[in-house]
Amino acid sequence: MLYREAGQFKTNYVADSAIFPLRQDRIGLGLIIIAAYALAFMGSDFLLQAVLIPFLVFSLASIGLNILTGYTGLLSLGTGAFMGVGAYACYKLMTAFPEVNVIVWIFVSGFFSAAIGALFGLPSLRIKGFYLAVATLAAQFFLQWCFIRIPWLVNYNVSGALDAPLRTLFGTPIMGPNATPQTRYLVVLTIVILLTWLASNLVHGRIGRMWIAIRDMDLAAELMGIRPLQTKLLAFAVSSYYCGVAGALLVFLWYGGAEYDVFNINQSFFILFMVIIGGLGSLIGSFFGAALIFILPIVLGIVLPAMLSPFGISVGADVIEHLRFMIVGALIIFFLIVEPHGLARLWQIGKQKLLVWPFPY
Amino acid sequence: MDILYKVFIEPFVFMGEAPDLLIQTLWEGLVSGVLYALIALGFVLIFKASGVFNFAQGIMVVFAALTLVGLYEKGVPAFLALILAVLVMLVLAVVVERVVLRPLVNQPDIILFMATFGLTYFLIGFGELIFGGNPKEMITDALFLPQGTTELDMLGGMVRFQHLDIAAAIIASIMIGLLAVFFSKTRIGRALRAVADSHKAALSVGISLNQIWVIVWFAAGIVALVAGIMWGARSGVSFSLQIIALKALPVLILGGFTSIPGAIIGGLIIGVGEKIGEFYWGPLVGGGIETWLAYVIALLFLLYRPQGLFGEKIIERI
Repeated sequence: MLYREAGQFKTNYVADSAIFPLRQDRIGLGLIIIAAYALAFMGSDFLLQAVLIPFLVFSLASIGLNILTGYTGLLSLGTGAFMGVGAYACYKLMTAFPEVNVIVWIFVSGFFSAAIGALFGLPSLRIKGFYLAVATLAAQFFLQWCFIRIPWLVNYNVSGALDAPLRTLFGTPIMGPNATPQTRYLVVLTIVILLTWLASNLVHGRIGRMWIAIRDMDLAAELMGIRPLQTKLLAFAVSSYYCGVAGALLVFLWYGGAEYDVFNINQSFFILFMVIIGGLGSLIGSFFGAALIFILPIVLGIVLPAMLSPFGISVGADVIEHLRFMIVGALIIFFLIVEPHGLARLWQIGKQKLLVWPFPY
Repeated sequence: MDILYKVFIEPFVFMGEAPDLLIQTLWEGLVSGVLYALIALGFVLIFKASGVFNFAQGIMVVFAALTLVGLYEKGVPAFLALILAVLVMLVLAVVVERVVLRPLVNQPDIILFMATFGLTYFLIGFGELIFGGNPKEMITDALFLPQGTTELDMLGGMVRFQHLDIAAAIIASIMIGLLAVFFSKTRIGRALRAVADSHKAALSVGISLNQIWVIVWFAAGIVALVAGIMWGARSGVSFSLQIIALKALPVLILGGFTSIPGAIIGGLIIGVGEKIGEFYWGPLVGGGIETWLAYVIALLFLLYRPQGLFGEKIIERI
């Protein structure tokens, strides 16, 4: 409807295998990125702090889990713990070496999480499916126990909580109590764009094809010369890297401080929701899933009282909370029934339909 | 060397020195093992018949117990409340089959798994909306569940047996026995086993899958109700019970997803292993290892038998 792809010919192999083969798609993506940066200056503090920063952080974590579950087909319920490893590693690094810029440490902390992830990924060689999911729960509970029991991780502070110290980038505070939501949003946005771009290149390249081959049938992939050990562990490592960075961002650039409880089992489930609702094996789906699962409850919290008040029903905050749970649960089932392949598939279908509209033949 | 001594020698010396404590720990482990097995049984029933990994089993336990207590608090006599709670589980089974399972038939396992997540969320919200989020006392007296403890002189010390625990073990055993008879002797049980073997073959000999699903979800609901009463009597009825249900997962992978004896033996191994580990080795690392020890035990077993102790052999073809 809005544009046609007529006249855009692919004359070489590179153009044919491009991720965004249409010129309009590329322009659209550019516009979205510009708009995202523009929001930093136009959006209110509430929008940035309570909606956009967490949305980006959860998107990043979903991309991480999507690499593991969507692309490699290994179900993991330890995402929350891997995020925690990133956050605690980042805390240790930046308090031990305060002179190095914190951005460096955010990226480095992911590697710790990747190492732990690869370690807990070892059982994936022998066990599959739900057995593996339960095995990753061992990582979740063990790591969470470590966060509580090892005071060294929080530098022996009494509260046992992580807190964001003041850190600056080019003289502007980006972390700690003085950092404005605006600067934090810009930092998070840049990191997420960078890592998404990296993930996109990974999953569309040789490594991504190896992951997909393992997902579709690991025995056949092995016969074709893909080594399952390395490939599966690489998926675990990369996935945990993304989760670790997301965890560091979550604590230090969103909450500004947190306890071990942030990384509990519910966080893992929450991320898994996003991946499945968004669409397994789709990067854009990770963003859709994060948007739906994270923003929907916020919107419901605002919309529900407004919807119920005309009928003379004024309800307490707790009832709203319960209704929110019910509606989110029902919507998950609804979306699964309508489109088991997730929002990404809906988006694709919608785009295809619009492209040929109004003459579908 | 010191650490090796503490890990490998000291706990065993301690066990030998105080056998009464060992028996006490074993007994507690066995009781919680039976209760884990009861929750795991609900998972196994549904997994066998429909291939759905029912994450909502935990919340079904809470929901069933809440319904029972909630009705009793509204003034319904205890046994009527029990019957009504069973009926509520039946309605739940029918609704789940109609609304969730039927439209999602033939979808990949993970999608069905996610759907039970949605169900969990829905039931959490629904349960809190109706019965409130506050913890409740289980109505042990009204259901004639015994209270109190017996102390037995044993091996130079006193071992305490809670009457409630004894009752829990007996009721759980009866429950498991009844299920075994139901599965092996009745017509419906045969149909259930047929469905577990192969959906397509069962359909072709005229077994209605939809009916079977309602029956297994109902059976899982009753198991959940019993588990809810027992857990509730031990630690109160609240939504935190749902976390205890996660403990049933290592039991499942230990015993195999499809095996009822596996669920029971797995439950006992996990229950005993967890209590012994926590009591004798926990202090070495600062305690609280109960939260993950079960998973590690299960993981170690899995490395040797990827399909669990009693699971069906995994045969892969290309």
